[in-house]
Parts: sequence; C-alpha cells; structure tokens
Amino acid sequence: MNRAIRRVGIGVTVLVLLLVGQLTYLQVYDADHLANDPRNIRFQLRDFSKPRGRIVSADGQIVARSVETGDELKFQRLYPQGALFSQLAGYQSFVFGNTGIERTYNNELSGRDPLLQIRNIGDVLAGKETVGNVVLSTSASLQAAARDALGAQHGSVVVMNPKTGGVLAMYSNPSYDPQPFANHNSQAAQAYGKLLRANPDNPELPRAYRERFPPGSTFKVITSSVALGTGQFTPDTNFPTLTELKLPQTTNTLKNFGGESCGGTLANSFTVSCNTTFGQIGLDLGDSFVPGMEKFGIGSAPPLDVAPGAASSVGPPPGSFQQNQPLFAFAGIGQGDVAVTPLQMALAGSAVANNGQIMQPHVADRITDASDNTVKTIDPKPWRTAMSPQVAATMKTLMISVVQGGTGTAAQIPGVSVAGKTGTAQNQTGNAHAWFVGFAPAEDPQVVVAVLVEHGGSAGSEATGGRVAAPIAAQMMRMVLGR
Amino acid sequence: MSLTATQRRNAELGLGLLAVIITVGGYILVALSNGPSLPANIWFFLAVLIGLYVVAHLAVRRLAPRADGTLLPLAALLNGIGFVVITRIDRDARNQLAPSQAIWTMVGVAAFIGTLLLVRRVHLLERYRYTFLFLGLFALLAPLAPGLGREINGARLWVRLGPINFQPGELAKVFLVIFLAGYLVDKREVLAAGGRRILGLRVPAARHLGPLVLAWGFSLVVMIREKDLGSSLLFFAVFAVMLYIATERPAFLLAGAGMFVTGAAIGYAIFGHVQERVSVWANPWPVAGGNGYQIVQSLFSFGSGGFAGTGFGLGSPDKIPNASTDFIFAAIGEELGLLGTVAILIAFLLFVGAGFRIALQAQRPFPKLFAAGLTSIIGIQTFVILGGVTRLIPLTGVTLPFISYGGSSLIANFVILALLLRISDESAERAAAPSARAGALARR
Repeated sequence: MNRAIRRVGIGVTVLVLLLVGQLTYLQVYDADHLANDPRNIRFQLRDFSKPRGRIVSADGQIVARSVETGDELKFQRLYPQGALFSQLAGYQSFVFGNTGIERTYNNELSGRDPLLQIRNIGDVLAGKETVGNVVLSTSASLQAAARDALGAQHGSVVVMNPKTGGVLAMYSNPSYDPQPFANHNSQAAQAYGKLLRANPDNPELPRAYRERFPPGSTFKVITSSVALGTGQFTPDTNFPTLTELKLPQTTNTLKNFGGESCGGTLANSFTVSCNTTFGQIGLDLGDSFVPGMEKFGIGSAPPLDVAPGAASSVGPPPGSFQQNQPLFAFAGIGQGDVAVTPLQMALAGSAVANNGQIMQPHVADRITDASDNTVKTIDPKPWRTAMSPQVAATMKTLMISVVQGGTGTAAQIPGVSVAGKTGTAQNQTGNAHAWFVGFAPAEDPQVVVAVLVEHGGSAGSEATGGRVAAPIAAQMMRMVLGR
Repeated sequence: MSLTATQRRNAELGLGLLAVIITVGGYILVALSNGPSLPANIWFFLAVLIGLYVVAHLAVRRLAPRADGTLLPLAALLNGIGFVVITRIDRDARNQLAPSQAIWTMVGVAAFIGTLLLVRRVHLLERYRYTFLFLGLFALLAPLAPGLGREINGARLWVRLGPINFQPGELAKVFLVIFLAGYLVDKREVLAAGGRRILGLRVPAARHLGPLVLAWGFSLVVMIREKDLGSSLLFFAVFAVMLYIATERPAFLLAGAGMFVTGAAIGYAIFGHVQERVSVWANPWPVAGGNGYQIVQSLFSFGSGGFAGTGFGLGSPDKIPNASTDFIFAAIGEELGLLGTVAILIAFLLFVGAGFRIALQAQRPFPKLFAAGLTSIIGIQTFVILGGVTRLIPLTGVTLPFISYGGSSLIANFVILALLLRISDESAERAAAPSARAGALARR
C-alpha cells in the first residue's frame, strides 16, 4: 500500500500547489482589479474611513472639507458653499457614489495619487494623513456674482480664461444643495435624491455644460469663422438686402429679426446680426459647414474635468446638405438642428480670443499637499484649432464692432475694448433664449464669457441677447478685469 | 525512528509554545488595531492557551509517548490562528462566536484526550468496524429525523441536543473511515484480484463489492438529500482514495472519477442547486449581487488583501458572508495577504505530510489504511473548501479543518488528530518492541 500512499501524498501536494497558484493569481496578478472593482464595498469604505483633502476656490473659500463622524463611515463631507459650487465640486455620497471634482480627482483627494504618497512620506512617518487638496481655478466671488445676476431666472453663466482654459465661473440656475447627498443615513440621502428628481426644473442638471440649447445668432461667430476660413468670403463680401431669404426645397422662408430689412457686407451683417446673410452663407457653405463646426468641437464632448463630463453640442448631420438644404440655412443663424451647451459657446468665443486655439476647459487649477505645497498643476493644453490666427484677428474686429455699435452695446465697459456677439434664439418651449458671448480686453483677452438667460428670463418676450444677457456678461468681465 | 520518545515530546512542547506565541501575537495585534491598549484579558487568555496546550501535551506524553511530535503543534497553530480570526470577525460583525469557539476548543481537547484514553489499541476499532458503519449511518441520518434535525442555511445537517446544535455528519466521516479501513483491509486481496472482466476491466465479485457500493451510495444519497454537496464530494473522494490505496489498482481511482463525473452529471440534471453552483462558479460576475454574492465578496477579499494583506484588524471581514465558517480563509486572505494564506497552506501540507508518514510507518495494514484515510479527510476537506472560496472549483460548503468556527467540526478534527497520534505511537512501539524482545531473549 505504501506506493499508493506516496502517490496520494504527491496528489495532495499538487492540489496544494494549485491552490497556491490560484491564490497568487487572486492576490497578486488580479489584485488591483479586484480591489478597485466598484462593487467592492471596501473601495468606498476605504475612501470614507479616512479624512479627505479639501476643495478650495481660487479665492480661498472652502468648497468641501471632511469632518469626523461617530458612525461606521468615519468621515463625512461638508459643503459650506452649498448650491453655489455643487455643479462643479459635486459630492461624495455613500449611496450615489461620487460626482464632479469629488469623482474626477478622487485619487488626489483621498491621497492615493502616487505623487502625493511620495511627497508625503515624511507626513506618514509623522502620523499625518496623506491627502491632497484640489484648488480650483473657479472663484467663489465670481460664482456668487453669476448667481446673483441670474437671480430667479433660469440660465447659465460661463466665465473662462481663454489662454489657459481655466474656468473662472460656471454656474447655472437652478442649482441644488449637495449636503444631503453626503448624509451617511442612506434613507435620508435616497429621499433627497428622489425629491430632486421629482422637481420638473431638474436642479441636479448642470445646464452650463450638460444641457443643449439653440444658440441663435451667437452661432454666427462660428458661421463667419468657417466662411472666412474657406477663403471664398471676406468681411467685404456683399450680400443682398432682404427682409426674408427664400429657401430651396421648401416654401418656408428665413426672416430677419423683427421683420427688418438688412444685408450689405459680411462685416455689416455681423454687426447688426442680419439673418438673411448668414442663412445664405449656410447654404453657400453646404456640406463643408459641418467639418468647419467640428473644428470648434461641435459633435464632441469638451474634456471638462468635472465628472461625468460635459455634453457634446450638435449641428446638422454631416453630408446631409442635399437631403435638407434649409437646415443649413437655419444652422447659419444657430437654429434648426444646432444645439449647444453654454460651455461650448464660451469655447467658441475663446477660439477667437486665443488666435483660433481652443484650450481644454478645466475647473481644477492645482493639487496641493497637506502642507499646502503645490504637487501638481493642471497645465493648459490645447483642445481644438478652430481657425487660423488671421481669421481670428478678423473675427475679433467684427465682434468689437458688435459691442461698439451693433446689437451688443450693453456689454461695453468704459476704457476696455470688448468683443462680443448677441443671440436671441427661438425655441419650441417658450420665449426666445437671450445669449451673449464675448471677451475682453480685445487686444489681449483675459476673460471670455458666455451668458444664457433661458426664455429671456424676467424680460420674457421683450428679451434680446443684447438687452438681457450682454449686461450680465459685462458685469462678469468687469469683475475679472477689476474695472 | 532515530528520535526517542523524549526527543519527540520535547520537540512537541517547543513547537507548541511557538504556536502559542503566534496565537497570542495575533490576538494582541487584533486588539491594537482597534486602539492603543492591550486586551484586558490578555494574561488570562495566555494562561488558558498555555494551559490547554500543556494539558494536551501531557496527555500525549502519558498516553502516546512515542507518537509523532509535529501534528499537535500544527493543530494548535491552525486552531490558534482560527480563534484569532474569529475574535477579529466578532469585533466588526458584533457576534459572540469567539467565546463559544473557546469552549468548543476545550471540548475538542477533552475529546482528544478521551480518544487517546479510550482507544488504547487501534485494532479494537478494526474489530468493531460494522458497529462503526451503523454508527456512521445513524449519525448521517439523524438530522433527517423529524423533531431532532434542524435546517440551517438551507442544509439539514444539524441535530439539536438541548441547547446546542450539533452536526453529527462531522463524526460520521470518522466512523465511516473506520469501517472502510476495516472492510477494505479484510477484502483487499479479493477486490484487487477481481472476478469477471466487464468492458476490459476486472470487476470484483458482487458479494465483495456489494457492501462497499451500498455504503458508498447510501452515504452519498443521504448527504445529497441534506443538500450537503461539500460532504458528498469529500466523502466520495476519501472513499476512492482509500479503495485505491487498499488495492493499489489505479483503475479504481479512474472508476471513482468516472462515477463522480456520472454522479455529478446526474446531480446537475436533477438538482437546481447543483446547476446554480456550477453556473455561479463558471462566471459569478453577472450575478455578483445575487447568487454569486458570496464568491464575489470572497474574491474581493483576496484581491483587497493582496500580497501582504491589510494587517490584522484593518480589513473588512464583516463584508464577507459566513466569514467565521466556510469563508474564513477569505478573511485571512484579506488581512494577512498571500503571505498568510500560503503560510496556512504550508501548515496544512505539513499536517497531511505527517499523516501520510504515519501511514507509511505503520507496519500492519489496518492502521496503515486507517491513517491514510484520516489524513485524506483533512487534506481533501481543506482542498474542497479552499478551492471553493478561491473559485478554483465550484463552491461547496465544508469547514476549514481546525480553523473554521464550529464545535462539531473541531471535535471531529481533534478526534482525527488523536487517532493519528495513537497509530503513530503504536507503530513506534512495535518498531521498538522486537529489539526489546531480542534483549529479553539474550538475557535468558
């Protein structure tokens, strides 16, 4: 029997070796994957069981910080800015997971970023927690100004640095208080989520970067840039003076605002926002219009560092000109199939301001360690080249004339040359949306602004982009420039 | 047998104290992970631990002085680590399993000493093999008896005796191995020689094979009725291994494997719970929130532990279902990492190695086969549960010997330990005896 016993012994040894192999697979080879599976509750527990870095606004206000609690999840987030920053900072919720900066920069905030761990080895030895703070490029005072300017009106304000892509303010009304989401009582958090989702105004939706609206005449910035970029148009190209433009393939016409009659040069048409001219340009561009828009980022989501990210904006389907020509005329004036986020319009403005180059938009500016030393800076990165510097220079002069003597005079700032474009966008849900996109100072742009007041806000059917949105934009630019 | 009885016992004492040190160290680490103070009862704990070990050791010194000196320390180590892990799981799960595990350990040590006392000669067991067959079958059937049996977690394995629930199936394994060893030793020649040829295989005559197949089939049917797939698998494998060792005919092993595949296929076709286990094993991820929850949580624990583990007290074993019993190895994997899990596997391998060495050293067939059978129980049971919780094989619930929480299982394991030591002592005695007799003759 001894031979058989020895063989059985060898067999058991082989089985043990199989177990060692499987354990090595689970605990070494596949370990990271298993440990970081979102269904692995340890992943969340780990993030809750230790303090987390702060989120701080550009002007030093605390947007999020951790406090110790007595319950099983040892730490909870506090959001002292409430609804002012919820659309950017997001929240850390045990029930709903993380959103916003809390999600995008989770590794940094929880101190799991390798950069922080190496830097903080001294802190580890000293018993300090290795957490990182996120310092935003967004300032609380600008956010508050945007909130106050909108007041009760639904709308969005996006303020950016065109040279870096840094978001200086991005606020939309309505907003929501993120604090109840951070509640460790999962029933309370769930009830709050249910309440918000039942609200027809959908306050959880960050309209500034996740909702699309028809841009109206502000889109003429893109139409003009694409037209000038083809080389077939100049600012002096002449267009007939019309009250309405006859459209191919339909009996419908494209009318000027208020039934006015306008036309003349492209430059003049831009200044007075003449629809018939830009409808014609849309028809003239035809299928080359869509690739031109795509250079501005229409059709793709801007790489905003706020989870779950920005929505993409849309234009007419590529190659559809022959099927539906009127759609391209309407696209020329930012109507029809065109729908954009306010963020996208700010990026379009920044293309003109920054010599044709659109930078990646970002809300975080830098990561600091527990002793407030900078460990990582979010470097400016180019996203799209929308137009040549020559076209950008031309566009700049057109946009200056809009504010100097066109539809956008309400955006003027004494002593500063402001460039801009107004928009009054018809839509199917109510009064026209009031838009303004602009930047200042025109000769060396420091700030680009996009303002949308949905359905004209309190001005209602009397609203135009120039009357309702331009003053808000001017106020934001003045604040940034310190005028 | 180069080691004298005294040398063996001294080694046993020294190794055992190492096991005590590891256990106390783990106990202190668990407490320290929760706060900067030592557990209040640490001295009492240490005293009880040393006391228990010394009592068991003295019993061996007195009752089986020449027995192998490594089995008891290995059992103490595994049992100690198991107790520390259960203490640790108690803290988060707010259970009170550790005190009762401590009491069961004491009962287990008592059973260990009692077995050494009662079973003075191994061949006594051989003589009563049919008694043990009926004891084993009775123990298997008891949970099915109305009024006596209790169903826990979907399996009807428990018998209620006053305030305590007992799993008689754990002891049934030992009884049935006694019967098998006795029967196979008796019949192994006729079984090995075989009778008629069927399909090119020499099949022993029905009157020799009959009782075997009957006992085998009966036990399996009972265990499957009780939905105890783990025990069925374990018993099947132990049976096949013992048949192979007794006859030295690999054909029996192949036939066993063939029967297993057939049985498994039939079980798969008939029983929903068998199908479910297999499909969960094949891919647990789509049902991670449902039927696959246990195994997925187990895999998460192993992965989260990684190479070195989180450290005692720093993981989340309360997230693993049944962390103190079937899934205790996952809790160990999370907190002690690959280093800890492999260390425990090595301890089991040493235990099984020592068991088979005892079998090899036994001179007579019955103790030889009996020791091999007992060792196979420990080895195969370890593989069945560890393979299950690591998703190497489909999960079937059995306890991890000496480590898992559970009184019946601990007692059965301590009885197995005592029987192995008894066989070892007897072989060493017989090996020494001829020379003593020779000396006596020479004097004459």
